[in-house]
Amino acid sequence: MKLRLTSDAMRLLIPALSMTVLLAAVFWLQPRAMSYFGLNLLLNLAVPIALATIAQMLVMAVNDLDLSIGAFVSFVACVTATFLRDAPLIGTLILAGAVGVYALIGVVIYLRNLPSIVVTLGMSFVWAGLAVLMLPAPGGQAPDWVRWLMTVKPPLMPMAIVASIVIAIVAHLIVMRSSLGVLIRGVGGNQRSVERAGWSIIAARAAAYGLAGLFAVAAGIALVGLTTSADANIALRYTLLSIAGVILGGGEFTGGRVSPIGAVIGALTLTLAGSFLSFLRISPDWQIGAQGAILIIVLALRLVFNRVEKRGARP
Amino acid sequence: MTIRKMLMASVAVACAAMPVSALADTADKKIALSNNYAGNSWRQAMLTSWEKVTGEAVTAGVVAAADPFTTAENQATEQAAQIQNMILQGYDAIVINAASPTALNGAVKEACDAGVTVVSFDGIVTEPCAWRIAVDFKEMGRSQVEYLSGKLPDGGNLLEIRGLAGVFVDDEISAGIHEGVAQFPQFKIAGSVHGDWAQDVAQKAVAGILPSLPEIVGVVTQGGDGYGAAQAIAATDREMPIIVMGNREDELKWWKEQKDANGYETMSVSIAPGVSTLAFWVAQQILDGKDVSKDLVVPFLRIDQDNLEENLANTQAGGVANVEYSQEDAIKVIEAAK
Repeated sequence: MKLRLTSDAMRLLIPALSMTVLLAAVFWLQPRAMSYFGLNLLLNLAVPIALATIAQMLVMAVNDLDLSIGAFVSFVACVTATFLRDAPLIGTLILAGAVGVYALIGVVIYLRNLPSIVVTLGMSFVWAGLAVLMLPAPGGQAPDWVRWLMTVKPPLMPMAIVASIVIAIVAHLIVMRSSLGVLIRGVGGNQRSVERAGWSIIAARAAAYGLAGLFAVAAGIALVGLTTSADANIALRYTLLSIAGVILGGGEFTGGRVSPIGAVIGALTLTLAGSFLSFLRISPDWQIGAQGAILIIVLALRLVFNRVEKRGARP
Repeated sequence: MTIRKMLMASVAVACAAMPVSALADTADKKIALSNNYAGNSWRQAMLTSWEKVTGEAVTAGVVAAADPFTTAENQATEQAAQIQNMILQGYDAIVINAASPTALNGAVKEACDAGVTVVSFDGIVTEPCAWRIAVDFKEMGRSQVEYLSGKLPDGGNLLEIRGLAGVFVDDEISAGIHEGVAQFPQFKIAGSVHGDWAQDVAQKAVAGILPSLPEIVGVVTQGGDGYGAAQAIAATDREMPIIVMGNREDELKWWKEQKDANGYETMSVSIAPGVSTLAFWVAQQILDGKDVSKDLVVPFLRIDQDNLEENLANTQAGGVANVEYSQEDAIKVIEAAK
């Protein structure tokens, strides 16, 4: 009997494989990492990145790209470290409003037929400005429950891994198993046929962007839980990291082809790649290049697999 | 001759190393430097000083290792990950020049909880469990006015050159200068311009404000702007006031030329990039079990009339005057904070 993999599982194979290889390499270089404590240190900063990657993935599922995610996560971090702690009600309202703005952006992009890159790039300056207004100098403090959540020590597995699994399952259920998820991916795959089937494109896009905003809010809160206080520039790197994470995890820029589990694995892989290079003691001048090389290798592997997959599909 | 020299040198090295290695309980300790940025001459000099001083310390057996790490991008999240990796690598102490005073606090706390000593300098962190070697920018401004009060007991009008508007350092130095003027009321700040710590900007700004100013007896600066101010004033028929310099090579060179030509007197003050080596020795002292106050202050590198030549000779073209600190210097700083 021949083992047959579904195309979705195939899609996950490369990210899972690259993560395993990197993890093995890190363990080999630094055996200390092979412990409850070590794994948590290695991966806890990947949790907010994973959440931001899921947010980016939702936007990419409708064929758009969000260049404001880094600035938005920084903004959320600033709200979390100030309002959410001192006045939880106002803080919650601000964050809910921000999610609403995200959904609105999705609608505006669709209705006015604007390029998402331009609109979100513009929004990134708005979020960055609001973050600076809220926290002109770095500071603030994480609410105690957030801090507790990010430093909790569950039995068996460290928080970073439990959180990654939970994020992957929740995102999988929403995007792959719910009818809303099917609709969102359908908009990315073939907007016209979804429209002709009688669905509201506006609602689907608003939902995709709103969900993205929700996950980005979670990313900001999680980040502050780890850092204990905020800085208006804290997460600017997340924009590119999240895009790279989605692609690494088997997602694509077009066609609504995304994988939530893959995206979480992609985020973990990127974090591991950073640690791997740091343990190798590569000079910082080469590090960005080396990180790029890892990305290219993984993507090249995927192309090879895709070709094999296609050949296999032919009768 | 050469063999004799070598023998003498090795004896000297042995003598120098012996008391140190006898004292050090830190011979098996590893110290790491977590640096967020290496893209300007100050940071490059900082890293070079680190490698030079810690290299000698490792050879002498004071510590087992002192590895520098710089993040590829100047981002707090990346540096937080770097610090967490250092904990895993088993370093006993981490010396940090931080990308953000607050965004690394979580990682610093993790390090402290894992029993790692954390010493931050220049870019300090606010987490209470870490040590801070901070720059007293206010004192840097105030000391300029104090120096001028010694040179010019009668006082007079001052021109203030500020740094980049809206930056914390600029506010601090300027506040210090105004404190100094309050302390020595014979001085009055007749005008103030932003020189952005750059000679060309300062020159333009000073040239612009000069026609509207009365006679100026002194120029108080923030570093990187003294040479530009001198050029602007030299272009007029005004008498050259006392311009406080900021340890840049072009400033020291100009001062030297003036000193040789007409006995011009001033002073120069800034922070030496070698402060990284002070942080290294402080970390070593903490690992050695010394009782060290959590908040230490960096001594300024001040250049005066008599040590100008020596400092100028040691400063690279286009660079900043530097000094590397020794274990004794660190002990002095620690004692001073008690």
